[in-house]
Amino acid sequence: DPAVWVMTSSWLDLQVVWMAINIFLFLWFYFFYDLGDQFFYTRHILGSALAWARAPAAVLNFNCLLILLPVCRNLLSLIRGSFMCCGRTMRKQLDKNISFHKLVAYMIGLMTAVHTIAHFLNVEWYYNSRLGKYDDLSMALSSLDDSGNTTFLNPIRSTTTTPTLLVFTSVAGITGVIITLSLILIITSSMEVIRRSYFEVFWFTHHLFIVFFAGLVIHGAGRIVRSQTTTNPPHNATFCKDRIDDWGKIQECPVPQFAGGFPQTWMWVIGPMILYVCERLLRFIRYMQTVKYRKIVIRPSKVLELQLVKNGFKMDVGQYVFLNCPAISQLEWHPFTMTSAPEEDFFSVHIRSVGDWTQKLIMDKDKAMQDFCDKLKMGVDGPFGTASEDVFDYEVAMLVGAGIGVTPFASILKSIWYKFKDSNPKLRTRKIYFYWLCRETHAFEWFADLLQLLEREMEERGMGSFLTYKLYLTGWDQSHANHVMVHADADTDVVTGLKQKTNYGRPNWDKEFEQVRKENPTSVVGTFLCGPAVLATVLSKKCVKYTDVDPRKTKFYFNKENF
Amino acid sequence: MGKIEWAMWANEQALAAGLILLTGGIVGVAGQFRDWEFAAYAIAAGVFVCLLEYPRGKRNKGTSVERTGQYCFTVCVKSFGPLTRNYYVRAFLHAAICVPGGFILATVLGCVCLGIASLIYLAAAIRGEQWEPILPRKESARKPVGESIKLPPQNPPPRPPAEMRRKRAEDLEAAAYVNPITVTANDD
Repeated sequence: DPAVWVMTSSWLDLQVVWMAINIFLFLWFYFFYDLGDQFFYTRHILGSALAWARAPAAVLNFNCLLILLPVCRNLLSLIRGSFMCCGRTMRKQLDKNISFHKLVAYMIGLMTAVHTIAHFLNVEWYYNSRLGKYDDLSMALSSLDDSGNTTFLNPIRSTTTTPTLLVFTSVAGITGVIITLSLILIITSSMEVIRRSYFEVFWFTHHLFIVFFAGLVIHGAGRIVRSQTTTNPPHNATFCKDRIDDWGKIQECPVPQFAGGFPQTWMWVIGPMILYVCERLLRFIRYMQTVKYRKIVIRPSKVLELQLVKNGFKMDVGQYVFLNCPAISQLEWHPFTMTSAPEEDFFSVHIRSVGDWTQKLIMDKDKAMQDFCDKLKMGVDGPFGTASEDVFDYEVAMLVGAGIGVTPFASILKSIWYKFKDSNPKLRTRKIYFYWLCRETHAFEWFADLLQLLEREMEERGMGSFLTYKLYLTGWDQSHANHVMVHADADTDVVTGLKQKTNYGRPNWDKEFEQVRKENPTSVVGTFLCGPAVLATVLSKKCVKYTDVDPRKTKFYFNKENF
Repeated sequence: MGKIEWAMWANEQALAAGLILLTGGIVGVAGQFRDWEFAAYAIAAGVFVCLLEYPRGKRNKGTSVERTGQYCFTVCVKSFGPLTRNYYVRAFLHAAICVPGGFILATVLGCVCLGIASLIYLAAAIRGEQWEPILPRKESARKPVGESIKLPPQNPPPRPPAEMRRKRAEDLEAAAYVNPITVTANDD
């Protein structure tokens, strides 16, 4: 399927283009400052540390522009919508938003380090120069003051200050320290350990980006990076550098004048900042739209199913929404994959009690249902995410859901069944193999119920072979096995009540692929996974292994979706 | 924010601070900055902080993720007992370590970062958190099997009673086994 191949290479293309721009900016500005004549005198004091500070600054400008864009999810959805005509690949590219955001963030971190170190050196060299530790030319340049008919080059004007003091008494210094600190705090709270386990710390600390951008925009206001301006008559540095005593006395060497560079960062970031403000506004507006509860179902094992209705809400399979419940927390929005199919007149999510927010939501269900609906007004933002519509294009689909990754498949399986019942021409699927891997089904009994329901409906229509599913309990222990041994004769599997027997341990993928190949000797099989990356590697390798070279025989295509 | 374990974030922040202190120190020494002695101190302090903070502690709830190769560091840190277990000690230690970093520019960032880490550790200590080492899990205890399983069997395997075992000529169907050669009735 060329679409799959193009999708991966588009993401690669984006990274290559982005890196190329970064390298270009770095080199361009490095040589601008390292070779430009107007910086000749500046370089005399600072050496190449000047260029080493300014080149990362340019790369930082570019990346600070980019970093806000991937997280404008509503904006991206709108763009995605308008690109419907251009095929799936562009849209999937836009869904790599978080990965790109992180990549840009790493670059910002790296460039900040280089920029900061170079500027530390600059301040130290300026300081030494001011105290006359270098040659006569340096001394002369540093003595130039902002008075009468001279302008300063060296921002350190006093001889009794220290580098640290300069930093804390200049706009550039103070803002530099504040924004670097904000960046460091953002980064440490965004480490995977913190992000996955203590989402609130990550989310709230991340809002330091407001401080970051505010500081960034005024960081250059002090204009302390100075270059030589053109005087009349002109001052030729190469000629005049050895004639310091003649400055101002001879025609060829008037006293050199300096000025700071015009701060440019705001020009780079103002656009994305406005876009981001619009994004937050849009989220707020969506949040204000009424969301009604259609039904609330309490599922086994502390799972809550919410069926919601919202005006104008359109979803696709496998998408997710962000939910906000102000009664629990004003500021928190949490993502949930939708478990309903687009064909239904409501959308649903199944919420497990995992963190603080979800726990509170589930505890509150104990109050009267009516209270629940009144008090727990819900805000919904979305839908977002990959429309996993590719799954309908394959004659045969192998769907693998591991652990919580099974959730989008609720939506997909339901949608396939609706489409089949309505004889929807978009549906090319004639056979589905569904593999459900989990440690134990305890928290997913609602999904087991769904499978049973689908199974019953299919049998009623004589379509028992449409869906084949296997459960793999990867966390079995001796007591499970004992239980099964005693009840082995029963027709139905004891653990989940599903007709087809549950398997213990992990699937033997070679066997599974062999079976699919045997039963579908001439088909194109699409494999979809929602689960851990390790499994993705295994499955993609198997797809390659079992795809026949003969184009008339079975072909397996692997689709790793970030559901 | 009921269930946050502040120590987890404090640990990330402190490790980052250690690295920043170390880097700043190297810059200060390599660039031969004025008062470079503070930079030299920062190198030592940075290395110390990194060594102390590298091994992650065990989480109260949920699975703890180890950093690569942290086991030897865990053993070292564990050997200091209450000094490293208690977060009040860490909070004050980091606060004390960071102060000299504030004297020169190159290490000022490291100083402030470590100071922030110290504050987060203080919050963790107030909430009663403690550093527990992540030790390799022992083999899950299987049901202890009796010693007799290691000896050869004393009894023959269970069989139906002798009457049923012996094949009777008149009732070959009910026999428990099939003859490899034909049986003729014993004429005694």
